[in-house]
Amino acid sequence: MERAAVSRLEVVCPAGTPAALEAAVAAGADSVYFGFRDGTNARNFPGLNFSREEAEEAIAHCHRHGVRAMVAVNSYPQAGRAELWQRAVADAHALGADAVILADLGLARWARSRFPHLRLHLSVQASAANPEAIAYWTERAGIRRVVLPRLFSMEDIRTLVPALPVESEVFVFGGLCVMAEGRCMLSSYVTGRSPNLDGVCSPAEWVRYGREGPMLTVRLGDVLIDRIPPGDKAGYPTLCKGCYRVRGRAMRPFEEPASLDLLSRLPELMAVGVRAIKIEGRQRGRAYVERVVRAVRGAAEQAARGRPLDAPDLRTLMEGGRATEGALARGWR
Amino acid sequence: MGGTPLLVLGPVLYGWPLRRLRDFYFKIADEAAVDVVLLGEVICTKRTSCSTATWLEIRERLERGGKTVAMSTLALPTERRELESLRALCREWPGLIEANDYATLHLLAGRPHLVGAFINVYHEATLAVLLEEGAVRVCLPPELSLDSVRLLARSAPGRVEVQVFGRLPLALSARCHHARSLGRTRARCRFACRDDPDGLALFTLDGRPFLTINGIQTLSASYLEASFQVTELLASGVGALRILPQDVDMVAVVAAYRALLDGRIGPEEVRAILTRLCPGRTLTGGYLAGRPDPAPAPAAAKG
Repeated sequence: MERAAVSRLEVVCPAGTPAALEAAVAAGADSVYFGFRDGTNARNFPGLNFSREEAEEAIAHCHRHGVRAMVAVNSYPQAGRAELWQRAVADAHALGADAVILADLGLARWARSRFPHLRLHLSVQASAANPEAIAYWTERAGIRRVVLPRLFSMEDIRTLVPALPVESEVFVFGGLCVMAEGRCMLSSYVTGRSPNLDGVCSPAEWVRYGREGPMLTVRLGDVLIDRIPPGDKAGYPTLCKGCYRVRGRAMRPFEEPASLDLLSRLPELMAVGVRAIKIEGRQRGRAYVERVVRAVRGAAEQAARGRPLDAPDLRTLMEGGRATEGALARGWR
Repeated sequence: MGGTPLLVLGPVLYGWPLRRLRDFYFKIADEAAVDVVLLGEVICTKRTSCSTATWLEIRERLERGGKTVAMSTLALPTERRELESLRALCREWPGLIEANDYATLHLLAGRPHLVGAFINVYHEATLAVLLEEGAVRVCLPPELSLDSVRLLARSAPGRVEVQVFGRLPLALSARCHHARSLGRTRARCRFACRDDPDGLALFTLDGRPFLTINGIQTLSASYLEASFQVTELLASGVGALRILPQDVDMVAVVAAYRALLDGRIGPEEVRAILTRLCPGRTLTGGYLAGRPDPAPAPAAAKG
């Protein structure tokens, strides 16, 4: 994984289930990431993730096909219960994972002292958003790759990436956090559960749909977070994409429901030295994973050959049916 | 119970203009019974109305008033000029600095410092690493339950600080939502936040106060008021209580908590005083009291 040897962007793909993992491998993933079936990772949703046996098989399947397997242990260990997270790291190591993706300083230091050869990637949940912070994690916790927060402009990436002492991975497709990842407690404020506490944002059991005349109402618990007119497409109801009243007007003060799509930026990302591109979506089904992985792999190959991009239209797979370049778009901030 | 607990006045999170900041701190210096005062801009360098020289002048005045003064720092430095100002501050500030991002921890290596609530500390090992690396005290994130706070405080008696008053800081973003609410961008914000000394109110579509926009930050609409949890916090070894400045009579707010710590009044009386001092605001025990009540229905509508 030397930087000089980069000939194509590494495509890092999500897997919420063994079926999705096999689909990702078949569709051209270079790496697959997944989590164990508990609160130790940031997609702790019912019906998702891997038992230890499934993880063992998944890692073996990846390795048979020359694909790297990464285990996400990227929620924050809770006081008095850190053992659960330590066991997740230890098991990932024992099962032969190629890297562990984590966000917590205490856990990273523990992993480093226990398993000095285990490759540690800094999760986007650590919100390491500048070279000084990344230098801290590199020097003090030995991380080898940083997943960049989804809050950089292209100019930021252009200055940041070449100056980094470690590899960088950039989210290019899928859900988009408007808030700095790992620095957002909106979900727990309403539901008591959050990405940092137990790997959940806007838990499904709190979502309530209703009717007000022709309008579809969306609540999280008691809190009204959207009113959707007939015919409009609704995304998954997260607080940061909700509609509220500010200055006497109804608006979406944080963000519109939309999915991140940076496929047209792959040549630029590659040129500045980004090592890997990441697809969000461990909560997605195998058909979605299959289609998106194939498209992203195709785009990465076109970028490597210097060809103009000819990506399939993935808009039907997007939240609210809309694409955004997120912080890479001019004026997003 | 490791010694007398400290009462800490946290940094002003809102975009107050220079004159207001000076007047505020001079009044705190002369009249407020706090032990520690944190200065500095935490949210956005674009609004920094104070130069280092002015902060030093304010510091001197506060020290003459018997306060310990420290400098707080940016919570989400991303742009190059934000990092430059952070580096300059770490170079030039002669006293204790509070880190709110790992960047600042990197810059402060080898120097005693404080750790603010924007650094994620959820369990004992992370707290231990930070203390070992030179943190004098660590302010915990507001998301923690009372049980978690207790475990953390017990593992490091006297070294843990907990917010007890003021809006709950809930999220940070690279985007300025204050500017966005006026159709502007962060680059051309024209100081959209300056007219809202207590933040910009966000209501649900059915009219309940829910959140507060403060530039790139999102806070609760309610004010945290944790006087009912103070006894338990102190008993488990919490060494400092943090009060965040709001657009209310902060000298009186501080006085209420000081009276509580001195045993002159109980939490019921603190709550009554603060209800008077914060008209139109809902007071909540926040995460310390279990799940916060995020968007309280108007009393009449509650059935």
